[in-house]
Amino acid sequence: MKTASKPPAAFPPAAVGAPEAPRSAGRRPGTPWRRRLADQARAYAFLIGGVLCFVLFSWYPAIRAVVIAFQKYTPGSGGEWVGTANFTRVFHDPEFTAAWRNTLTFTVIALLIGFAVPFVLALVLNELRHAKAFFRVVVYLPVMIPPVVSALLWKWFYDPGAGLANEALRFLHLPTSNWSNGADTALVSLVIVATWANLGGTVLIYLAALQSIPGELYEAAELDGASLLQRVRHVTIPQTRFIILMLMLLQIIATMQVFTEPFVITGGGPEDKTVTVLYLIYKYAFLYNDFGGACALSVMLLVLLSAFSAAYLRLTRSEGDDA
Amino acid sequence: MSTRTLVSPLTLARPRGKAVYWTVFCGVVLLFALAFLFPVYWMVTGAMKSPDEVTRTPPTLVPDTWHLSGYTDAWDLMDLPTHLWNTVVQAAGAWILQLVFCTAAAYALSKLKPAFGKVILGGILATLMVPAQALVVPKYLTVADLPLIHTSLLNDPLGIWLPAVANAFNLYLLKRFFDQIPRDVLEAAEIDGAGKLRTLWSIVLPMSRPVLGVVSIFALVAVWQDFLWPLMVFSDTDKQPISVALVQLSQNIQLTVLIAAMVIASIPMVVMFLVFQRHIIAGISAGSTKG
Repeated sequence: MKTASKPPAAFPPAAVGAPEAPRSAGRRPGTPWRRRLADQARAYAFLIGGVLCFVLFSWYPAIRAVVIAFQKYTPGSGGEWVGTANFTRVFHDPEFTAAWRNTLTFTVIALLIGFAVPFVLALVLNELRHAKAFFRVVVYLPVMIPPVVSALLWKWFYDPGAGLANEALRFLHLPTSNWSNGADTALVSLVIVATWANLGGTVLIYLAALQSIPGELYEAAELDGASLLQRVRHVTIPQTRFIILMLMLLQIIATMQVFTEPFVITGGGPEDKTVTVLYLIYKYAFLYNDFGGACALSVMLLVLLSAFSAAYLRLTRSEGDDA
Repeated sequence: MSTRTLVSPLTLARPRGKAVYWTVFCGVVLLFALAFLFPVYWMVTGAMKSPDEVTRTPPTLVPDTWHLSGYTDAWDLMDLPTHLWNTVVQAAGAWILQLVFCTAAAYALSKLKPAFGKVILGGILATLMVPAQALVVPKYLTVADLPLIHTSLLNDPLGIWLPAVANAFNLYLLKRFFDQIPRDVLEAAEIDGAGKLRTLWSIVLPMSRPVLGVVSIFALVAVWQDFLWPLMVFSDTDKQPISVALVQLSQNIQLTVLIAAMVIASIPMVVMFLVFQRHIIAGISAGSTKG
């Protein structure tokens, strides 16, 4: 047969959230079992490669993380059960507290900066009538620069000698800062890098959400005498509530796994001010060769993050049903 | 015809509204140029300064003398062709394997009614709840010593390729798209004598070009931008992708040379973005609002 007429070709598939095609044809009664078996074999032939990869690189490691967390494990020689010894050892590591404190602080600051800034930017951009394409491309440009390059670039900016960051402060007649080398400023400096590198995606998502707000709502609010800020407060924010919540969860999940910036820019320092949980996992595995400790930490991170992921999935699914 | 937004067109048409609008507009242009374009400019030109000019305070906005040697040195000294090639091989392999295996699996789950298909799909979707980075260490141990066959994929591009296939998000995207294709179309093909593979290849895939585009972009960008996983997999310097090599070499190399290497490392993805920007931006915007 000739190729059928083209399906609705929205660029990402309009499929997400669309109702599933009815699975009417179940098992055809009266089909000989030999034929059914052949059908199943064929279906599994298509499935096997993908499923095998999931088994090997998703399901098995997830189970293994839990198992090794209770073992003294050295690669090659199997594991030896040690109960909760890994957890207690990791727990008494002074870096443990620092890593969790830093990760949580990082997440909170990242939410404060990385949340308000893109929202306000998107609000403003949505009002502009000219050069829209320019703004969209420019704001997304940093996202396309490899994270390692962004990190190295900012490491150079933060350089106390020839760094651009201090040069800018001097230009504005402000006191210079130690940036990523200062005990108080290191973490904030890293948040700035992460925000700069990732905000483009958030802005674009907000822009799309803002464009779906019906104009009549603003019109009605204005007729009722609502000021600009009141319109933001009572129309824009309620209308984008879902997206705001969704992005907040996504951002928490992403920032709690931060690794590249501290690894590249500060190396965890000064002292232990920028060691994050993932960085500590990396250290346990590759510096201390303590895979039991690394897995114990991984399980803790996993439990915490899965809660946020579950909330996120639930949210997107329930919204999909509404649409 | 534009839809009404926060500020009404009427307010904008008034002289005061116009003045405010253009002030804000110029402010945003300036802000964007400073915040997003200037760092890129600084990087590209920084690599062309002489080694002592780049560390001079106050810095120069435009290089006094233009050197291309930063770029040529980076290319030779840091062995960039090798690392770029490694990255290309890793990204291309992950992309192709993902397209082949994820498409086949999604097609099976969507149209071939395998026994326990729902259980398998549920298991795949459950991995969306497990943040990837939290599992890197047990994943590393698995790759270092594959169960049953006891082979190591460390320092092997397969160590990047195969785990990349286990991408629940892309698989789900494909499956939902295939779900939309009417069964009649496939049944008609079958009556005409096409096998399952033939149907997938000549009917389903040509209809799925948009979603294949999205999956391709996601797959390529993910591998090109990744750092932690290749850092673990490739201890052998000659096999490292550019992201890992940059960090490893950044310690003892001249600043201008490092900056030049950073620029070179950014070019492929930035060029891809500029070429496909319409699709990428539309994809991010539309994909996310739909959840």
